[in-house]
Amino acid sequence: MEIRSMHFVSRVRQRLDDTELQRNLQRTRGRNAAARLASLSSLDDFDAVRARATDIRASVLRDLDVWLERFEAEATRRGATVLWARDGDEACRLVIDIARRHDVKTVVKAKSMVSEEAGLNAALEAAGIRPVETDLGEYILQINDNEPPSHIIMPVIHKSKEQVSELFARVHGTAAKTDIVELTREAREKLRPEFLGAEMGISGGNFLIAETGSVAIVTNEGNGRMCTTMPRVHVALTGIEKVIPTLDDLATLLRILPRSATGQAISNYVSLLTGPKHEGDADGPEHMYFVLVDGGRADLIGGDFEAMLRCIRCGACMNHCPVYQTIGGHSYGWVYPGPMGSVLTPLYQGLEKAKDLPQAATLCNQCGVVCPVSIPLPDLMRKLRQKQVEAGLRPWSERLSMRLWAWVAQRPALYARGVRLAVRYLRWLADGRDRIQAMGVAPGWTAERDFPAPAVQSFRDQYAARQRRAGR
Amino acid sequence: MSSARDDILGRLRQRIGREPVGTPAARERVEQVISASQAGPRPSYDGDLAARFIERAKALISTVDDCAAPADVPARCASWLASQGLGRQVVVSPALAGLDWAASGLDVRIGAAAGDDPVGITGCFRAIAETGTLMLCSGAQSPAVNSLLPETHIAVVPREHIVADMEAAFAVARDTLDPWPRAVNFVSGPSRTADIEQTIVLGAHGPYRVHLLIVG
Repeated sequence: MEIRSMHFVSRVRQRLDDTELQRNLQRTRGRNAAARLASLSSLDDFDAVRARATDIRASVLRDLDVWLERFEAEATRRGATVLWARDGDEACRLVIDIARRHDVKTVVKAKSMVSEEAGLNAALEAAGIRPVETDLGEYILQINDNEPPSHIIMPVIHKSKEQVSELFARVHGTAAKTDIVELTREAREKLRPEFLGAEMGISGGNFLIAETGSVAIVTNEGNGRMCTTMPRVHVALTGIEKVIPTLDDLATLLRILPRSATGQAISNYVSLLTGPKHEGDADGPEHMYFVLVDGGRADLIGGDFEAMLRCIRCGACMNHCPVYQTIGGHSYGWVYPGPMGSVLTPLYQGLEKAKDLPQAATLCNQCGVVCPVSIPLPDLMRKLRQKQVEAGLRPWSERLSMRLWAWVAQRPALYARGVRLAVRYLRWLADGRDRIQAMGVAPGWTAERDFPAPAVQSFRDQYAARQRRAGR
Repeated sequence: MSSARDDILGRLRQRIGREPVGTPAARERVEQVISASQAGPRPSYDGDLAARFIERAKALISTVDDCAAPADVPARCASWLASQGLGRQVVVSPALAGLDWAASGLDVRIGAAAGDDPVGITGCFRAIAETGTLMLCSGAQSPAVNSLLPETHIAVVPREHIVADMEAAFAVARDTLDPWPRAVNFVSGPSRTADIEQTIVLGAHGPYRVHLLIVG
């Protein structure tokens, strides 16, 4: 997918001014966070499960080369073909080759964020192969002129049912419906023949299990099962970081993934798929392929950002992010939005193409607190800011003011005098109230909200006064 | 030009700081982790696993019925379908072919479901009390489509097949399944979606209703 993160600021502006989008975002805001919290009580010890999940993911990364070889050997032994792709383009070429080899005209797709990274749908279409998205949300986006998703697990969270209704009526040529049950039924009836007719199914993979050479796919709708059962070819397209050691590890991660995502104790369908159909099986694909995509992942191993590869794509970080929930997922300009996207986008697409993303965070650490695999997202965003400075990517005005601040901060007497002056100025602006409504020298600060007036005395002055009173 | 595989694995080894070849210690470590696989922290339950399973399954909007003996299964399926107005046409997994379906009055076909079969009747490999989940293994006797394509899925759950959690079910599977099934499907109630306005709707692509017959 083409990156648009360099236009972050203007994209945010548009979305803040979009009253319909703002209404849609408000409708669901906080709902998943509440559901997540409620679901944690059914685990005796959430922290212990989280620690274990973190450990599983971290330990695989330490030996990722060997785990991948183990997975490959096991998957191959069970009849699957394992292919490797350095980047999205190579992944697309491999998938198109597979499709041509098996004379495929139509592909049904379950949700795969890696396929969004690779821009697979556009590549398939260019090769004369028709991709059909089958996750309800992804289907809505596809028929809306290939709109990108705005959330990694709820791709159309930014849309109202009226918008979906209007879209269905226009594209399907059916009478407009506003009942969500009827809309869902309409999509079901449109997609059922596609599942039955497509020659190939493409899925993502939530986990690759080294023990059995299987891919685990977690869905609620059942489209993941359809795509991997009905067509005669199944391709699982995943990142190389998705390996986990054993089925027991899968059980642990499944306690934490649906809870973190939607507050479900378990998703409706978890499918563990291992190789093609066996002799005598009534159903299942005749050919199974894995396409393992690097796309910038290998370069993160052993570096400052390795922890990011633990991510299990639950979306909890964005569900809890005050910034994401205000600006919506499209503002971020690439595949992954919210805190995890603000880290992944610059790492996978280049620091200079997503300069604003690591800055678009209050560093409140809600994301870090809820992450089921303990990724220190705010630390990683801070680290990216540091990299930007080192790479000379920050504007000269910012660099100058930082240098100035550092110079003053190293001179305590000067710093204290500066603070006293600033306090007097701010209290003058506040004019007896506890809020400043218009910041004189930096009006941008108070364009959207008030600034709190400072205390009369700075902490340092109060501390010094107390020390004096105590006679120390 | 090196292959993508060698390139990716080579870069991983470089980043990990491993020698380009010869990683027997790491391989041994990996095999050790797999063969000594241990369950993570899991919730514990006091009391009856079947009761727990039934309570969780109902919470997932499955319906549940008791059935004294396997021989009663066809009649119980027929009476439940009649009570719901769901007709008489059913497709039954070969694993259940030994039951006396003829006497039930149902219009029975033994085999794999097609896209327009209204009702699929399956057994189950194990049932998981922790979450109220069915574990279904695909095979010649148990087509995966029977729990997927029909709008109604009836699963026959022998009471002794109810286990505490996924780890327990995997332990049985490792010991008894050879070859390992192509598809292991964990099914937790009817298919659903919440993609539009986060409103939960049943029957997205799979069954609208899942009915469990607990036998024994």
